[in-house]
Amino acid sequence: MATYSTSEFKSGLKVLIDSEPCSMIEVEKVKPGKGQAFDRVKLRNLVNGRVWERTFKSGESIEAADVMELEMEYLYEDGEFWHFMKTDDSFEQVAADVNAIVDAKIWLKEQDKYTMVLWNEAPISVTPPNFVELEVSDTDPGLKGDTAQGGTKPAKLSSGAIVKVPLFVNIGDILRVDTRNSEYQNRVTK
Amino acid sequence: MVDWKPSASLKNLQQRAYALAKIRRFFSERDVLEVETPLLARSTVPDVYIESIAAEVVEGNSIRKNFLQTSPEFFMKRLLASGSGSIYQIAKAFRQEEKGARHNIEFTLLEWYRLSYSLDQLMTELEQLVQEVLGCGSISRFSYREIFQQHLQIDPHEISLEELQQRASTEIDLSGCDLSKTDYLQLLLSNSIEPKLPPYCIIYDYPSEQAALATLATDEHGVVVAKRFELFGHGLELANGYFELSDAAEQRARFEKDNAARKEKGLQTHDADEKLIAALESGLPSCSGVAVGVDRLLMLLVEAKNISEVISFDSERA
Repeated sequence: MATYSTSEFKSGLKVLIDSEPCSMIEVEKVKPGKGQAFDRVKLRNLVNGRVWERTFKSGESIEAADVMELEMEYLYEDGEFWHFMKTDDSFEQVAADVNAIVDAKIWLKEQDKYTMVLWNEAPISVTPPNFVELEVSDTDPGLKGDTAQGGTKPAKLSSGAIVKVPLFVNIGDILRVDTRNSEYQNRVTK
Repeated sequence: MVDWKPSASLKNLQQRAYALAKIRRFFSERDVLEVETPLLARSTVPDVYIESIAAEVVEGNSIRKNFLQTSPEFFMKRLLASGSGSIYQIAKAFRQEEKGARHNIEFTLLEWYRLSYSLDQLMTELEQLVQEVLGCGSISRFSYREIFQQHLQIDPHEISLEELQQRASTEIDLSGCDLSKTDYLQLLLSNSIEPKLPPYCIIYDYPSEQAALATLATDEHGVVVAKRFELFGHGLELANGYFELSDAAEQRARFEKDNAARKEKGLQTHDADEKLIAALESGLPSCSGVAVGVDRLLMLLVEAKNISEVISFDSERA
């Protein structure tokens, strides 16, 4: 098994911590003039997304995690798995289970591209692009003439997400939405 | 394209020049003699946590291993023992593997020694120098015990390793646990205390295990402490001072202890600097000394986040 020593630590490095794959976000060297050096590392657990800081004694080695990030095209769902296809023209398919899909589940649209993280070749997370364009499947009827400002109402999108939208939005409209905070951006002209 | 440009802006280099001029004026006004000592020498410190950079020097038909100095301390003490009086030096120092936002392998130390000064007097002079260079206000002083009691509710001198381990685990997520009491104390200081310190402060009376080259004395609680202090500024370790150890036998014993610890860690040992020991035997006058990280002082002056912003060419570009 490959290992990394603290001198190789840098942001983006994928390592195994408590048997789970993690990514280093920030690495800071702590070295008193007369004393043991430490590496303070901000880590993200790639399975559950938890971010925290762990301190390592310099010179220590930790196991590398066999983690890959791939761009994947969403194909379909079969009730148990969500199927994606690699975008490298290999047509190779990968199925993500409910734990891996959780963050992306309400933003899925066939043929859109997502970022999938694979650990030991199995998908552990799927991240939607920052912005997606989705059709409104259900909302209260639009108020004519109200295109400026005013209140908001909930709208259900074809992918299942519910977002707050301006009152003028109608069923069938295509909306651009920020997936990081579920915020409506604008209506896309059809 | 080859990146040949300096890492510091011209503005910062000008600030650096002004600061160095101020430092020299400060000492000339006080009749402290400026000296220069070798950067390349046959021996080096055996300190467990300081790694020297070796350099090969051809002498006749053989090659002798020399070392770039990690601090000018030993040479300056040899000058003091030879009757130099109070001296200061602005010197380059080199430490292997020390790289990062606040470390550069090659860095600049301001080191000075004051004859017959107590550690308190030296702290006051350091405070005056820092005020002159940075224009900061007064610098509060806390004992090592006070600062640990205040922020972590523990007595650093009395606490057992087990209790310390326990206390550290509530503060820090630490990988592995084969640390000494000193390691835990230093880690807690940098992790849990430094961020809460006033902008500028001095911590004094260190645990005896962290004496390095300071004398030991009994404090008002009857505990043996090291007559050592450190200055912190905005979370940066800026200066380290001692009431200097002058006992040659004790110095030799500390070198031997350091080397034993190096051996245990699988590090190369460094023979005691016999010239320093001989100088101490001939008599080091009673004195206090302090080393200031000039680059870090500059970082605070120009509000730099990275040490490379105040060094013309950092190690990556050197």
